[in-house]
Amino acid sequence: MKDVLVLKTGIANLASIVAGLRRAGARAYFSDDPDEIHAAAHVVLPGVGAFKAGMDVLAQSRLIEPLKKRFAENKATLAVCLGLQLLCSESEEDPGIAGLGLIDQKVRRFPDTLRVPQLGWNMVKPVAESEMLSPGYAYFANSFRLIEKPSGWMAAFADYGGSFVAAMERGSWLACQFHPELSGPWGAKLIGRWLQKENASC
Amino acid sequence: MLTKRIIPCLDVKDGRVVKGVKFQGLRDAGSPVELAKAYEEQGADELVLLDVSATPEGRNTALKTVEMVRSVLSIPLTVGGGIRTAQDAQNLLEAGADKVGINTAAVKDPELIGVIARRFGRQCTVLAVDAKRVGAKKWQVVVLSGKNDTGLDVIDWIKSACERGAGEILLTCWDRDGTREGYDLELIQAAAAAVNVPIIASGGVDNPQHLLEGVKVGADAVLAASIFHYGEYSVGEVKRFLKSEGVEVRL
Repeated sequence: MKDVLVLKTGIANLASIVAGLRRAGARAYFSDDPDEIHAAAHVVLPGVGAFKAGMDVLAQSRLIEPLKKRFAENKATLAVCLGLQLLCSESEEDPGIAGLGLIDQKVRRFPDTLRVPQLGWNMVKPVAESEMLSPGYAYFANSFRLIEKPSGWMAAFADYGGSFVAAMERGSWLACQFHPELSGPWGAKLIGRWLQKENASC
Repeated sequence: MLTKRIIPCLDVKDGRVVKGVKFQGLRDAGSPVELAKAYEEQGADELVLLDVSATPEGRNTALKTVEMVRSVLSIPLTVGGGIRTAQDAQNLLEAGADKVGINTAAVKDPELIGVIARRFGRQCTVLAVDAKRVGAKKWQVVVLSGKNDTGLDVIDWIKSACERGAGEILLTCWDRDGTREGYDLELIQAAAAAVNVPIIASGGVDNPQHLLEGVKVGADAVLAASIFHYGEYSVGEVKRFLKSEGVEVRL
């Protein structure tokens, strides 16, 4: 059984991600230790809460550099919901607050002509060459999203008042705007494929 | 495209599902865990669990129930009933709820909506409203199972709740609950037009046609209990019916 480090963000509601990892055959443990987060084989960057609150937690716990190193070294990392948004450079949710900047794009709010938050199941369509992502329904709970495909990533799109980035993968990194842990057997299989990603030699 | 959600509702008291369950094919029909599993397998998009216990012991049991349901459930879970403080909400979220539904406590102290939304996010803050018809296209908020009128106009209340941070409205047609006459469609329509957060329609469902009507007047999700508990319709059957009527559902 694989051990997966779930980043302790101090924002509640990690029970679903723990249960989701267990169903996919992994055991979750929590940490906010920078060295552990750099070293762990598999790390989940969970996401509930607001952009600024999420970045504040990462900054206070000195986790920004370890996450950037994981990215540079292609160490298996799963970012969920707000976690995906934190990878970007900024967000309309909290203007002026810098994200991790691994993706040079701005996260934008859904237009007010839609029901916001988007709550429910939407069809995810990955590009053909995807390794982890497959077509299927996923559960979303978000008011903000990325619109364009970031360069260097393979993206999957969904449609809510227009196309948006539902998820993206790059090497051993998987970032989901939806909640794979709440997306039934389809989501469990996706988590399972991510768990198979070993850290690339570097 | 975002699909319409079908949400079975479990009323739980002291760890058992109440509201008469005669579900077929279950060893223990009153177990929330068994029912939750069965509904997920049938294709439920989400579950709502309402704790109707009236005692502190019952509330503690509800936390354990949420933990047990979470361990078998891989779809979202909303829990409501008896949430009075942000700490109550946090306890439920830590036990495994993904969203919390607040009702009476929000009427008593509307600030609570904002407190929960700021701490846990709008997407996790559900305002549950019991609406009683008091005239032509006029509804009033009732609390404590309808025993108390609040004097609040339903449409004004949900608008102000959304401004405070509610991210979803669980709207129960109180007059229809248990009657099997279908939703109060004018109410659903008025609510859907008044706010731009998702609306879950609830109360009075007898058959899949009623769910279709709710969707057609603007509900983003439809909730029902008895028709599923009694095994009259499976969630899958309901979804296939809605699909045949042109409604986008996850099948």
